[in-house]
Parts: sequence; C-alpha cells; structure tokens
Amino acid sequence: MSEPLISLTEVTRRFGTGAAAFQALRGVDLRIDEGDFVAIMGPSGSGKSSLMNILGCLDTPSGGSYRFRGLAVESLSRDQRALLRRHALGFVFQGFNLLARTSAQENVELPLLYRGEPATQRREHARAALASVGLDGWGHHSPAELSGGQQQRVAIARALVTGPSLLLADEPTGNLDTERSREIMNLLTDLNRDKGITVVMVTHEADMAEYAHRVVRLVDGRIASDVRQAERQDGGGRA
Amino acid sequence: MIWNALLLALREIRRNLMRSFLTILGIVIGVSAVITMVTLGNGATRAVSDQISSLGSNLLIIRPGQHLGPGRDSAGSAAFKVADADALRNQVNGLAAVVPVSSKSVTLVAMSRNWSAGVTGTSRDWFSAGKWQIASGRVFNEAEERAGAAVCVIGETVRRELFGGLDPVGRKIRVKQFSCEVIGLLTSKGQSSMGNDQDDLVAMPLRTVQRRLTGSVDVATLMVSVRDDASMDLAKEQITWLMRERRHIGPGDNDDFSVMDTRQIAETLSSTTKVMTGLLGAVAAVSLLVGGIGIMNIMLVSVTERTREIGIRLAIGALEREVLLQFLIEAVALASLGGVVGIILATMASISGAALMHVPYLFNPVINLLSFGFSAAIGVIFGYVPARRAARLDPIEALRHE
Repeated sequence: MSEPLISLTEVTRRFGTGAAAFQALRGVDLRIDEGDFVAIMGPSGSGKSSLMNILGCLDTPSGGSYRFRGLAVESLSRDQRALLRRHALGFVFQGFNLLARTSAQENVELPLLYRGEPATQRREHARAALASVGLDGWGHHSPAELSGGQQQRVAIARALVTGPSLLLADEPTGNLDTERSREIMNLLTDLNRDKGITVVMVTHEADMAEYAHRVVRLVDGRIASDVRQAERQDGGGRA
Repeated sequence: MIWNALLLALREIRRNLMRSFLTILGIVIGVSAVITMVTLGNGATRAVSDQISSLGSNLLIIRPGQHLGPGRDSAGSAAFKVADADALRNQVNGLAAVVPVSSKSVTLVAMSRNWSAGVTGTSRDWFSAGKWQIASGRVFNEAEERAGAAVCVIGETVRRELFGGLDPVGRKIRVKQFSCEVIGLLTSKGQSSMGNDQDDLVAMPLRTVQRRLTGSVDVATLMVSVRDDASMDLAKEQITWLMRERRHIGPGDNDDFSVMDTRQIAETLSSTTKVMTGLLGAVAAVSLLVGGIGIMNIMLVSVTERTREIGIRLAIGALEREVLLQFLIEAVALASLGGVVGIILATMASISGAALMHVPYLFNPVINLLSFGFSAAIGVIFGYVPARRAARLDPIEALRHE
C-alpha cells in the first residue's frame, strides 16, 4: 500500500490563548492504512475527542499536518471539508444523533439528500443500508419508537449509506448495555471485514477495544502506546 | 437542492403545526387586513363613481361656493334664484333641462305614523335628469309647479314607513302645517354606495318648498342636463360666463360658484375614500411588519432548539449555504403560507364585507400579488439572520449542544 488513508504528522491542537490556553494534542503522529480497525483509548482529557474531531475533518489542527489520502486537510476551506465528510466519511456518535420525529428511513436518506441523489434511488439505497444493519422493514419507525441498539444501527446505516472509506465511531456503545454493545461491535467488525471500510473508534471500554485490530492509547495529548492485536474470533470474549 | 429544502421546510412546518400557525398569524392578519381594506376601499370608490355617473355623463351641477368636499363650505356665497335657472335656460345653447333644487328635512305624518325625510323642491325635469321611474301615479305638472300646489311624489321607503303596503296615490301626508296629496310613487333605486337609502325622499314643486318649508326664494343647487349633440365643455364655459355676469364677478376675481360635471363630482368624492383606503392600508402594512418580526423571533428560537440537528447535518457534509438555504426557505415558506392564508381570508372577508356595505366586490390582482410578494420578502428579510446564525454554527459545538 503506497499511501496510507490517514497520515498525521506532529499534529497539535490548542484551545484558547495566553494563560488560559489548553493544549489538547501535543504532537501526534499516526498512520492508518485502508481497511484497518483502530480503537483509540485513553482517560478523560487525554485528547481522544480532539483527535476524533480532527480525523473527522470537523476541526483543523493548530499545528502539524493531516493528510487524508494525501490531501492536506488543514489547507481546505470549511465547505471543502464538508464535501470531504460528505463523500468519504461516516460518523457514529455515542448519543446516536438521529433527527427526532423523523423516520429511520428519512434519517438514513439524509446524507444522500445532500449528495443530490434522486428520490427513488435514495429510497432504495437507504432501504439497503437499513437491511445491512439488520433493520429490514423498520424504516417507517421514528427514533423514539426504537431501542437504543436499534437507534445506533440506524445511525450506522446512515454512516454507511454513502459508502464511505472511513467510519468514525465516537463511543458507539457508550449508551448501550453489554448485549447491545456486543451486537454493535460485531456489526462494525463485519463492515470492516466484509466491506473493507476503515473503522476508527474511540472507546474507554477495554472489552470493546478488543474488537479492533489495533489499539492506540492517548495520554496527555500524546500517543502512549500503539499495539496491534491478534484478530479476535467472532462471538467469544477474550481472557 | 431547493426542491429538497422546500420539502424539508414543509415537513418542519407540519412537525410543529401549532407553532407554525401562531407564527404566521401576524402575516395572515396583516395580509388579509391590507387586501380587505384596499379591496373594500376600491369597491366603495367604484360604487360612488358608478352611482354618480349613472346620473348621466351629460349632467352639470352648479352650486354656490367653490369646491365640493370636506374643508370648504359655501357660506358667504350668494344662493341662486329661480331667475338664474330661467336665465340659463334662455341664454345658454344646447341645454336639455335646467332643474333648480332646494331641499329641507322635515317630519311627515300620515295615518297616525310619522317619519323623517328630506323634501326636495324641484321641477318635473328633475325626475328625468335623476333617472327616476314612476311606479304608480304621475309627477307634478306645470300648473302645479307654477301654483306651488300641495302635491308630492314619494319614494318607496316613505311609502313603506307611512302607508305600509297600501297604495299611497291619492292619500294625504301632513308636512309641518300643511297637508299634501301624494300624486305619484317612484320606483325603488335601493341603497346607494355610501349606505344611504335613495328611496327615502319626497319630491314637491320647488315653489311649494320655498313658500311653505324654507320660507325663502333661494335655490340651493342647479342641475343642468346638456343635450347629447351639444358640447359639455362649451356648455360649461357658457354657464360660467353667464353666472359670473349675473353674480357681478369682476374680471380677475374668482368664481363664487362651481360648475361640475358628474365625473368631477365622482373624483372629488372618491378622493375621500381613496385617502381613507390609503390610511387603513398603511395601518395594515404595519401589522405585516410586526408579523415579520414574529417570524424572525420564532426562527431564532427554532435555530437554537435545533442546534443539534444542524450539527448532525453539518457533520454528514451539509455545506454552509445548504443550511442557510434550508432555514431561509423555511422562513419564506412560513411567510408565504401566511400570505396565502391571508389572501384566502381576505377574499372571504372582502366578499362578505362588500355585500354588507352594498359596494361591488372588485378582485384586485395587483394588491393580492403584491401582498403575497411582500410576505415572501418578509420571510427572506427576517429569515436571513436566523438562517445565517444556523449556517455559521460550529459542528462540534452544535453536536455537543443539549
């Protein structure tokens, strides 16, 4: 593989100025290849969220460089980053972040709407995405009518529907019980393996991180460890 | 994208139906008030001019004093005499009739009922000049006019009030100290545009009114009908010239009387209604503005309330201008909806109001389009600030918003 999907070099992120300044990232070097499944771990305030925001092109580094497929993200405008998110990234959040009072189907169609897909194609793609997360026939339900696990599946369907190269999951199981968490992790694992989607996930739960191929630990805005772990077998837990 | 934004906006409006309704209420009231005021005003203006031109385009009204209408009075100008009418009749070419008119308001008594009405003293030509038809009986003849006989022709309302369903011809009415024989009944003309009852009248020979009611030989108004083959302008010029001479007005002095044709009278009267229409319309326009501020207020609340939603949209790749457009279109859709509802309401109010006021309902496409356009423009103007606020949100902050 010639070019990594993600390449961070000496990335820093500083909030505020002067005495009140807070250094969230203090020089992060990170390479993530296409098809990888990375878990980012670390205590609160270690810079996980800042790193995720930068990886997700929602934020730009204060220093250093972020290349996405060789493209220098820090030099892109706000709208160019939006287009990059639209075409290459998918987001899954801890709080699901579905539009309330809007059916699952319409939630999944939303990114396609911004892509300007015609209505019939949009409906078809959204239905297929919902089917791929095991929610065939649930499209007409509103988020309030779905369980937490189902809502997160809808959110994953929404992230997948555009066929992104990178799926960013911020504590995707944070609001779910163990059983539901396991289902979501299995779903992410399947997507990574079967569709070749690169997954980067922030979690503070060690047993969720075990699903990943690689675990990056952040401490005080720096990478403390970067461990590649053996691929786990589906279903079973680890000792 | 615009079509999608419109669908999204409509979905949003439907989602908060009650709030949307309250939001557009200001616009609805504003638009319907503007349109109703202007439509009814136009109807009233039209009714006035219709009524006056129904008197015929060949009619001239001569009154002492200058100008007809508010703010001017004829006091100080000498009244006309019957001799003036005779002079006009004899010395001006091309006149079909010269009708002197004097009136007085009196109480009428008949069959132990009484009724207040205006008595018009005039000549028999008055009936043809005013386009009156006789329903039964006859109008007074030349001998009765010359003698100042106690005879009268009454309108439908007077008959109803004094005689009920009976035929009034041949019966007596007491007018002040004298008794007057009803010789004719006029065909009903109905209510006039200004709301007054045209059938509430009694016509008597001029001399009868002068001797027995007003007690003077003054003539309040001279009505002149010009022959169809004669020139109105020429007749007006000759009349003016003659009257100046008769009233001893020196060269360079202003006329102390006015000669107006029916078109001028209509214009004078309708200018009053136009001013009223304008004022009421302006008040209504202010309520449109207030409606616009209401929309801005709700849109700002909506943006705050939907911060998280905006964050989601931005995160999945919505451009700044797409979010701006979404909220702008939502504001415009709301405002336009208010405009449409307002137009529907105004149409209903105008039709029933016109029927109630006895004025014609005139659909005015200009004011309808203008109001609709204005409400949509209000949506753009007052929706822009909230929409820009939404579009400029930081996606990270917005997603974190509770």
